[in-house]
Amino acid sequence: MVHPVIKLIAQRIALGLLLLWAVSVLIFVGTLILPGDVAQSILGQAATPETLANLRAELGLDEPPLTRYLSWAGGVLQGDLGTALTNGEDIASAIGKRLGNTLFLAFWAAVVSVPLAIFLGLMAVRYRDRWPDKLISGFTLATISVPEFLLGYIAVYFLAVKWRLLPSLASIYDGMTLGEQLYAISMPVLVLVLTVLGHMMRMTRAAILNVMQSAYIETAELKGLRPINIIAKHAFPNAIAPVINVVMLNMAYLVVGVVVVEVVFVYPGMGQYLVDHVSKRDVPVVQACGLVFAAIYIGLNIVADVVSILANPRLRHPK
Amino acid sequence: MSDALLEIKGLRIEATSYPPGEKPRRVTLVDDVSLRLEKGKVLGLIGESGAGKSTIGLTSMAYGRGGVQITGGEIWLKGRDILKGGPAGLRALRGCEVTYVAQSAAAAFNPAKQLMEQVIEATLKHGLSTSAEAEARAVVLFRKLGLPNPETIGKRFPHQVSGGQLQRVMTAMALCSKPDLVVFDEPTTALDVTTQIEVLAAIKEAIAETGVAALYITHDLAVVAQVADHIMVLRHGKMVEYGTTQQIIETPAQEYTRALVSVRSIDHAEKTDGAAPVLSVAGITARYRGTKFDVLTNVTVDLPAGQTLAVVGESGSGKSTLARVITGLLPPSAGRITFAGRQLSAALKDRSKDDLREVQMIYQMADVAMNPRQTVGTVIGRPLEFYFGLTGEARRIRVQELLDQIEMGKGYIDRYPAELSGGQKQRVCIARALAAKPRLIICDEVTSALDPLVADGILKLLLNLQAQEGVAYLFITHDLATVRAIADRIAVMFKGKVVRYGTKTTVLSPPFDDYTDLLLSSVPEMKMGWLENVIANRKMESAGN
Amino acid sequence: MTRIPLAAMIGLFFTGAYFLSAIFAGVIAPYGMAEVVGDSWEPWSAAHWLGTDTIGRDLLSRMIWGGQTTIFVAAAATALSFITGSVLGFAAAVLGGWMDQLLSRTVDLVMSIPSLISALLILSVMPSSLITLIVVIGLLDCTRVFRLSRAVAVDITVMDYVEAARLRGEGTAWIVFREILPNALSPLVAEMGLRFIFAVLFISTLSFLGLGIQPPMADWGGIVKENKEGIVYGIPAALVPAVAIATLAISVNLVADWILNRTSSLKGGRG
Repeated sequence: MVHPVIKLIAQRIALGLLLLWAVSVLIFVGTLILPGDVAQSILGQAATPETLANLRAELGLDEPPLTRYLSWAGGVLQGDLGTALTNGEDIASAIGKRLGNTLFLAFWAAVVSVPLAIFLGLMAVRYRDRWPDKLISGFTLATISVPEFLLGYIAVYFLAVKWRLLPSLASIYDGMTLGEQLYAISMPVLVLVLTVLGHMMRMTRAAILNVMQSAYIETAELKGLRPINIIAKHAFPNAIAPVINVVMLNMAYLVVGVVVVEVVFVYPGMGQYLVDHVSKRDVPVVQACGLVFAAIYIGLNIVADVVSILANPRLRHPK
Repeated sequence: MSDALLEIKGLRIEATSYPPGEKPRRVTLVDDVSLRLEKGKVLGLIGESGAGKSTIGLTSMAYGRGGVQITGGEIWLKGRDILKGGPAGLRALRGCEVTYVAQSAAAAFNPAKQLMEQVIEATLKHGLSTSAEAEARAVVLFRKLGLPNPETIGKRFPHQVSGGQLQRVMTAMALCSKPDLVVFDEPTTALDVTTQIEVLAAIKEAIAETGVAALYITHDLAVVAQVADHIMVLRHGKMVEYGTTQQIIETPAQEYTRALVSVRSIDHAEKTDGAAPVLSVAGITARYRGTKFDVLTNVTVDLPAGQTLAVVGESGSGKSTLARVITGLLPPSAGRITFAGRQLSAALKDRSKDDLREVQMIYQMADVAMNPRQTVGTVIGRPLEFYFGLTGEARRIRVQELLDQIEMGKGYIDRYPAELSGGQKQRVCIARALAAKPRLIICDEVTSALDPLVADGILKLLLNLQAQEGVAYLFITHDLATVRAIADRIAVMFKGKVVRYGTKTTVLSPPFDDYTDLLLSSVPEMKMGWLENVIANRKMESAGN
Repeated sequence: MTRIPLAAMIGLFFTGAYFLSAIFAGVIAPYGMAEVVGDSWEPWSAAHWLGTDTIGRDLLSRMIWGGQTTIFVAAAATALSFITGSVLGFAAAVLGGWMDQLLSRTVDLVMSIPSLISALLILSVMPSSLITLIVVIGLLDCTRVFRLSRAVAVDITVMDYVEAARLRGEGTAWIVFREILPNALSPLVAEMGLRFIFAVLFISTLSFLGLGIQPPMADWGGIVKENKEGIVYGIPAALVPAVAIATLAISVNLVADWILNRTSSLKGGRG
């Protein structure tokens, strides 16, 4: 007999794949049925009926939607994301390098923000309703209330221009050492940390408080355990699942925040690439980027769900 | 004085309450309470909700829940004032000299740890014995408390054992460190009556064998009478009466204590006239959608007009499901319901407005049975408007008549439910049901959430209304004392089947079937020695078999 | 009605001030929206309180006009997301069955793509006009309103008082409008505040990316985009919208918190 946990996890992953497929259909159909004509957009004022017809045929826009979806989806499965309309570049190879850069940025933002958010969340719980809690809450409310791009410019204005501490542009290229790269991305990392920190810390605080108010924590107190033991042995094992859930949801959020921050710091990543091609109305590129971002987002959500399944004693030790 | 284990003098406990939208204010939870407990004795603390009994119990460990503070008095344990011990002193005391058994063991165990680890944790933390010794003692206690598989049950996780077993494991946890005092906080309240008696007997035996002293907190005087040597009656944070169990039960001095002792002793002679049935339930079988087993199997009962049929059973017996079937919320898979001579449609949406009007329902939790955003006038007035088209002044007059009928009088019509007490809320729900001029009211555990004295008032009101209006009640309850007070007929349910059905006298008279016998003998009686008698009888019977 | 706490007062004051200045932009703004009145990036002065922008327009006037656009678009998008989301959410909760399944799964699907990415996808094929922006933001955001209102309504529909109304024979309209809605209102109103802030941030982000409000119309995100080059020279013009967005967001948050606290007090009361 298969352990119910394995069954649940398999179900969850299958559901994720189904969702990803549905998203690919949605992305494809969505860009198809909305009013607006790609060929018209590309040619703009210069369009004549003949050039329009030629371009449509060239792009395969005349074929039935199902055929177009199948050839697109078939390509995606083989790693072929098509070619860009604007410069005929192969999208997969263009994305490959940029995706690496984006994940590099997101990774370092996560490395800084996750421990910091959990630490601040714990501090806020430890000193609940006293000044450290209020200070942390106030600060995070402020960072939540300002959009990423403005945090970016505030950082540039003070850190790069006024105090000249950090570079205002985050250009990285091959041949830089890791140290140089980290210095180059320090500012976007800082901004990303600030954008996710608030949410992550607040959600962590709520998750830990929820556990700390359980009756079994009172039981532990009435056994005469030290506070540190209570947290380590009774609160932590139960708080780990909700906290990891919080972290994963915020990582998903971070991946989106990256889009804007890359534009601010002119960082050669996926976000910059996506935004550029949205203004150029280069639909194949936008579809491909959208699919990649959605895949990352769905993947992180699956990880969050799998962790909470694994951490649930009721599922791990069935009756 | 030196032989007192625990002595509390002039205890005063306050808390800061934060009413939303208002300034925080200090409230006194316990005022000037003194008590004394000797080694190996059991003191029962009894009172209604809000009497401060749990708060007092926890002060023996100098513990206050959620901002509760001890602002006056002394607490002496084994000759030292524990309030002067500081945090380290308190930690040394908690879990070692004094331990605690909570009302809901299911919530009080850490869901992520095995039971054994939690049971021996305090013993190990206080360095009282080695891990192997502690485990051995735990197994002995498990066996003593009558747990199945005492050798291996410790390897299980809390969600893998039943509520009654978990309560016993928690008792073992409290006894494992060989404390001087155990605080039992309503340890059997959340259990079914047949489980309660087993846990109660196990606790009593464990107390006797280990010679530990105990504070036993409960709202049920009949329960505490079985285990306590002394009883303290509390009300609104103040002591009402304090004496030996015998004195409190047999010769209570205070008015309030007398009321508690005589609670649930309403005498109701059953109606015997053979009125035609207003409701006939025939061969009902039902299951919930998406489940694989029947919750009700072939249920057949009759309810004569103007009488009361009590449906008795423990949780999971299907008694509330029967109500859902009769109201049409759950169409049965077989069987039929005849009401006032006509067959009722199985589904709610197929019933006529008169069908709906003539069957009304009263719920267990009056809190959630009334829309919190509607005034009493709207709650009672809506059925008047909906069924009889009453509006304006006529409606208001009729609402006031109904309020008079439920003995609430003037001044309530424009109030919101949140401004009423628990008993008043239930009365308004009764008035709402009466407003429809029903022939049948289904009462689903209507007194279970209320304090005993308030519940008595509601039962008396229901009896009066039946005499005035001739309405029939289908009265669903788990409490046999309530059944005695109100029923004309009784149906005993067990696992979805009616195991015994008839007039009150026949159902409550021997010879009994096994389940009814178990159920009846499990209801605590307000006299000392009842528990021992029942246990002795059961042992004899099982030996005889 | 109890006294309004200080935090809520401050929130109400600023929220009110921003909305009034948006409504009366034409009266308050010292100069026209696209009027060039000086050199580029003039410093703060009596004539130009916040200085001038990249091509010499009065920044204060741009901020006031921009506030009008931003607040208008955000308010319209919020209204749209609210009406659609709550109606569908209640419908899903009350009707249940396949209707609930269809709506809930669709919402799951839409929410499995981050909103910003969805918006970029849509804007890559649709022309960016005020109406498009309002509809895109409103519909993407209504998924969250849907989830909340469905959850709230499901909690309420299992209450005994709703069952009592069903047993009485009440119709769906009475159950939704008289039993469920009054009890769902407070969390929904609080959520409305949060959705409004989200819409402000969203439209600002899109404009900053050059995909939202198109010049010469002003809006807060656009002002950042226009003036971002100045930052490198130490000219803080691009940071002015930060102050506006942050104060507006915080004040609306304070009001929403207060509404949630004030109305939840009706529930728990005993005795």
